[in-house]
Amino acid sequence: MNFVTLLNYPIYLLIFISIYGCLTIALNVQWGYAGLFNAGVAGFFAVGAYTSAILTSPAAVGRIGGFSLPVPVGMLGAMLACVVAAWPVGKVCLRFRSDYLAIVSIGVAEAIRLVVRSEEWLTNGSRGIIDIPRPFGDLPYAQSQVAFLGLSCLILLVVYFLVERQLRSPWGRMMRAIRDNETAAQAMGKDVPRRRLEAFILGSALMGLAGALYVHLTRVITPDAIDPMIVTFLVWIMVILGGSGNNRGVLVGALIIWVIWSASELVTDQLPADIALKAKYARMFLVGLLLQVILRLRPEGLLPERVGTAGGSGDLGRTSPEAIAPSEGSDDV
Amino acid sequence: MDISSFINFFLIPGIILGSIYALGAIGVTLVYAIMRHGHFAHGDLATFGAFMVLLFSASSGLSPYAALPIAAVAAGLMAIAIDWLFYTHLRTLPKIITTISSLGVALMLRAVVQIFWGVNTLSYETGIARPENWFGLRIKPHEVVTVVMVIGLVVALEIFLRHSKWGKAMRAMSDNPDLASLCGIDNRKVIALTWMLVGALCAASGFFLGLNTQVKSLMGWNILLPTFAAAILGGVGRIEGAILGGLIVGICEEMSVLVIRSEYKVLSGFVILLLALLIRPTGLFRGKVL
Repeated sequence: MNFVTLLNYPIYLLIFISIYGCLTIALNVQWGYAGLFNAGVAGFFAVGAYTSAILTSPAAVGRIGGFSLPVPVGMLGAMLACVVAAWPVGKVCLRFRSDYLAIVSIGVAEAIRLVVRSEEWLTNGSRGIIDIPRPFGDLPYAQSQVAFLGLSCLILLVVYFLVERQLRSPWGRMMRAIRDNETAAQAMGKDVPRRRLEAFILGSALMGLAGALYVHLTRVITPDAIDPMIVTFLVWIMVILGGSGNNRGVLVGALIIWVIWSASELVTDQLPADIALKAKYARMFLVGLLLQVILRLRPEGLLPERVGTAGGSGDLGRTSPEAIAPSEGSDDV
Repeated sequence: MDISSFINFFLIPGIILGSIYALGAIGVTLVYAIMRHGHFAHGDLATFGAFMVLLFSASSGLSPYAALPIAAVAAGLMAIAIDWLFYTHLRTLPKIITTISSLGVALMLRAVVQIFWGVNTLSYETGIARPENWFGLRIKPHEVVTVVMVIGLVVALEIFLRHSKWGKAMRAMSDNPDLASLCGIDNRKVIALTWMLVGALCAASGFFLGLNTQVKSLMGWNILLPTFAAAILGGVGRIEGAILGGLIVGICEEMSVLVIRSEYKVLSGFVILLLALLIRPTGLFRGKVL
């Protein structure tokens, strides 16, 4: 056994952490900075995954696709498809606030899941899409995993720096202003609905990118692979644990939660089959409980949002107790 | 399509489904009225209630109908425990945090059901209930029971809220919690009472859903969207609105197969929710706007 195969599992873990890191930054743009409660993360993740799968997989009977396009084209297509999907959703839904947006976004994710399940001509229904190419697929498995890790980390870094830059620019300051006091921002002439839509679309496109990365890692996508509540919920708990409104924080959240989630899977896999099945649900229970514990002990997250650094000016080290609940300033629907 | 097949295949199933949604929506609306947050664990609390009925009827040999009151109390106590453990300390934070917390609670409740009962589909009664023919109307016995019991529950709840001391306290707190507290109403007791009612209503809606379809771990999550649609369509905080909203959503869902593929039937509640929010966000009965 050589060094690289020994590292297989940690590498696999790190790839997933970078994919979820991309998702948490995406949700952070929507929730942490714009105060938009998107409970349909899995929906846009699925749109990205399926788009890239359709664009890059070889021809198959009974469904469209089989374009065998290069992987980068698939990833760009995934982001584009999410932009196209997010635009009408945002146009209609972003006028709702807090609870209403949450329930509506759950509905959007549910609708996407139903389309994925029932439109056989597009997604091959429950049989799913197979033979999705991997980037660096010509290399031996272990090397290709390492290369994939490099690629996913590079993408995450680019996403992180672009989003950070965007949030430190006047655009980011304005987003926080809108989030914290919509009326004041409006009075100062900010186009609130338009800015919200921008944040929603940016976040959704990044979710699609994460979906594309996922699908090129696993090579197969079926509707069951994307359990809407598990993907959505894990991303939410990562953002809340890490500290919404802080990109470094949500990345720490992604790291911690994914390590806990996978490590607990390693443990439960050792159990006898009949108990292992129950243990899978026990893991879900513990994740739900973990959220309650975080909300109780540290609702602002491990690395809370820093107030006063947005424009790059002095860091006063102040933390906002309201950081986890950006959208409360405006109660209208 | 003639009138009798319309009634048999769309109206009657729609009313049954609508009554189940109505029971859930009353609970959602009560939480909104008193606690002022969305309760996304509502569907999974209904699942929990449905499985409690299964537990009590299997362990004691009682009929599911007789086990329902016990299960309702169990679900009510569960709701109080959840509130006490997870929601109480979030009350000073913005309400959306409690909503997020309730999503986690939903996951936990579902996991409990899946750990103890697994994910297989179960049912309360074995064998197929044959519909009886009442002058051309095909109605199954448990459908009659469902509607009669839902009407009974709603009337009892209405009398309780209008005429009892605690019902009046609940309405006062819904209108203005600070004023109610100044008048000597113990907010904590009203909150506990509300959760008891909400849990019991959840158990009833879960039981009737299980009686008319199947008992499975995802049953409650699947009715969450139509339940919220019913509550919001009727007007948040309005009990009569929740009932009307439930019936509208139920009947529309059954009739939606006339225009869309049956796979997408479950989305009709979502479409109604969107339309309600866009056209009339206060709902049909001018409820609260969050």
